[in-house]
Amino acid sequence: MRDLSLHLMDMIQNSITAKATRISILICADRESDLLEMEVKDNGIGMESDFLKNVVNPFTTTRDTRRVGLGIPLLEASANRASGELKITSEKFVGTTVKASFKISHIDRIPLGDLAQTMEGIIIARPDIEYDLTLDNKKERFNFNSSDIKRRLGEVPITNFEVIKWIGEYLNDGVKTIFGGILDEILS
Amino acid sequence: MKSLAELEEIRKKTLDQINLRTNNQDVRVVVGMATCGIAAGARPVMNAFVEELSKRNLSNVAVTMTGCIGICKLEPVVEVIDKDGSKVTYVKMTPEKVARVVAEHIVNGRVCAEYTIAEAEK
Repeated sequence: MRDLSLHLMDMIQNSITAKATRISILICADRESDLLEMEVKDNGIGMESDFLKNVVNPFTTTRDTRRVGLGIPLLEASANRASGELKITSEKFVGTTVKASFKISHIDRIPLGDLAQTMEGIIIARPDIEYDLTLDNKKERFNFNSSDIKRRLGEVPITNFEVIKWIGEYLNDGVKTIFGGILDEILS
Repeated sequence: MKSLAELEEIRKKTLDQINLRTNNQDVRVVVGMATCGIAAGARPVMNAFVEELSKRNLSNVAVTMTGCIGICKLEPVVEVIDKDGSKVTYVKMTPEKVARVVAEHIVNGRVCAEYTIAEAEK
């Protein structure tokens, strides 16, 4: 995976497979501690403790088309390469939280990537799910909540092309405001 | 800076159009979005569909996604399902190919044979 937004898409896809109806995403970049963290929390079916123990193993998967699953191992590899780590907690029938951390200044830290494109894509494909995205730099926060948007739109569907375009621009503004100058790939 | 208040304008503007047309979605575009698809570039392909459909104002087409179909080496894979249920599987898709699939297949009903799985497996 080339950037964090692609890993995010992959993790969201995992949550959708786990029948989540609510997915909360927190991306926090703290200049002081030089730490970038991404947390994806869902209310899906969760994992048994035995499955959870082996979930970073590429040969652990729920898919039935192949015996390998690379989404989580790839995210762990990306985190480890940038002096970070991956933590997964899960409770059966309650949900799963995946948290990856990265040292911001590490030369191998992957860039944030096109976060807006990831969110546009998942909203258009699965508008029934509630998404909550928070961007945080420990001084300022930006929040996007799909239920809030739906409430404002009334009878206009969130998948309307005009709406999707607006969401993309809105998120890009948020990324620039919160991470501009902190993640060096994003200009302030 | 975008503000939430702009959503109200979009709501007013699009409300009339929505009332005018039936909300039937005739065609479904399904993009394979598992790890294999994402790594191969499925996300820009999906966004290209949204952009191309939006440009042509084709609101009768639903864009959605699915997990791994099982042909990872041919990703990004896109299935176009017509209203009669017939399915065409396009493989190794790119945003450039998307523009042609929308224009020829979705608008004009002519399958882009050279991008299909049948052609790739020959």
